[in-house]
Amino acid sequence: MAITRDEVLHVARLARLELTDDEVTRFQEQLSAILEAVSKVSELDLSDVPPTSHPLEIANAWDDDVPRPCLPLDDVFANAPDRDDDYFRTPPA
Amino acid sequence: MTIDTLRLTAEGARDLLKAGEISGSELFAAYRAAIEERDGELNAYLTLADDPGGDGIPIALKDVISTKGVRTTAGSKILENYVPVFDSTVAAHCKEHGFRVLGKTNTDEFAMGSSTENSAYGPSRNPWDPSRVPGGSGGGSAAAVSGGLAPWALGSDTGGSVKLPSAFCGNVGLRPTYGTVSRYGIVAFASSLDQVGPVAKTVRDCAYLYSVISGRDRNDSTTVAVPDVEVPSGEDLKGLRIGVPRQLNEVEGIEPGVKAAVDAAIRQAESLGASVDTCELPLSVDYGMPCYYLIAPAEASANLARYDGVRYGLRSPGADFREMVMATRHDGFGDEVKRRIMLGTYALSSGYYDAYYGTAQKVRTVIKREHDALFERFDVLVSPTCATTAFPVGAKSQDPLAMYLTDVFTIPSCVAGLPGMSIPCGLSDGLPVGLQLIGAQFAENTLFRAGHALEQAIDFDYVPERLR
Repeated sequence: MAITRDEVLHVARLARLELTDDEVTRFQEQLSAILEAVSKVSELDLSDVPPTSHPLEIANAWDDDVPRPCLPLDDVFANAPDRDDDYFRTPPA
Repeated sequence: MTIDTLRLTAEGARDLLKAGEISGSELFAAYRAAIEERDGELNAYLTLADDPGGDGIPIALKDVISTKGVRTTAGSKILENYVPVFDSTVAAHCKEHGFRVLGKTNTDEFAMGSSTENSAYGPSRNPWDPSRVPGGSGGGSAAAVSGGLAPWALGSDTGGSVKLPSAFCGNVGLRPTYGTVSRYGIVAFASSLDQVGPVAKTVRDCAYLYSVISGRDRNDSTTVAVPDVEVPSGEDLKGLRIGVPRQLNEVEGIEPGVKAAVDAAIRQAESLGASVDTCELPLSVDYGMPCYYLIAPAEASANLARYDGVRYGLRSPGADFREMVMATRHDGFGDEVKRRIMLGTYALSSGYYDAYYGTAQKVRTVIKREHDALFERFDVLVSPTCATTAFPVGAKSQDPLAMYLTDVFTIPSCVAGLPGMSIPCGLSDGLPVGLQLIGAQFAENTLFRAGHALEQAIDFDYVPERLR
């Protein structure tokens, strides 16, 4: 299962990951090898098998609908790279 | 009094504290002195915590466990300066019990790895042989416990990150049943697999620490009520039915010394009264690794989308928002994390979702069913935790696929959501061998009983030979 250079670049864009040319070359080779190994999952006949998304058979964990205090704003912004009053500031979209 | 931190168990420490023979501060200082002496070589700790005072037992926490006011990096540059403003539930439980946090231990970046070599802060070293890895991802916690730098520690396990380092360092490590320990405040890797677990010198310490951290938490809706924990004391295994999966015990590639130690432990279990029979786990072992390396990276790629340079963590400069995000993630993430984000994003992308992620989820059902069927006949499944002992630093770091295969024995039960414990069962060429015990969901007490009885019979000396 080989993955093309264009596919690597496409996936990197989806993942919002800037890659150097070296990384693109290396990941193309490594991801191809890894994808070949994991493609083994397609060998089994799974037509009647339901998917498992969660190891326990639990559904809907309810909690009392009672307001609880949130973190103070200064805590929320404590690790922010750039704070502007009560907002996170970012470069323009 | 002189405290031998290499030998002292958490239970032993508690007894000394209770009897008033030492104070909490003296105990804390003894571990600090050991860290001062040996951590330059081992690199088990990334951050030391200030002495919080109190009279409890010291503990080390893997650096994916949020600690209020104490830097939490997850082994990543992207969180180099991140200081949590709240405690994870497990850290809060430790503090409620008076435990004093010694510091935060090294890990593969975002817990992705099997050797701790993927840490942005350099690899940890194995206390039994510093030229070798301590295993991963929780190598720092395991190295701290076996190196006498903490009486016990917490790790986290997604596909073997507690069990594998415990095996490599001669510790007892438990990966609990999914849903028994809160993930609130744990830096997320793969949410349907991540579990926090104890690393200790003895099964009794491991069981006690599990009782402290487990239980339902309103802040993690995947947690459930947990059966009362029984700290084990029995020495026989009468009535225990042990299954020995052939695919985990009689395959090529298991180091002869590992095989010999595990076989000897199985014979000892029989002499303690357990019944032993071979069994089959063919699909789980063949398809566990491919299934895991689709599900875990897929979930990781979604979880790690949060590192965007906006709310916390590193921000790199960029002319516009998108450039800033892409530059931040390029600069902040290491090689293995990027590789898994790429793999996971690919497996979830349009046109490939059904073939990869969707198929892996169905294989997960197959693996779960295969295990469930065995637990109708057996109480515990046993195998080596890993086919080899600790490997040299650098041996697999250039070959991601070879590194992934290190976890082939620990992965299947993780995928099935089952509890697993590794206990030391002997040495192979002077390095510890781990015996893996797998139980049915919520059967931690069975693992503790089996592990404790075997531990007494095997009588493994957990202090690394070169430090005795």
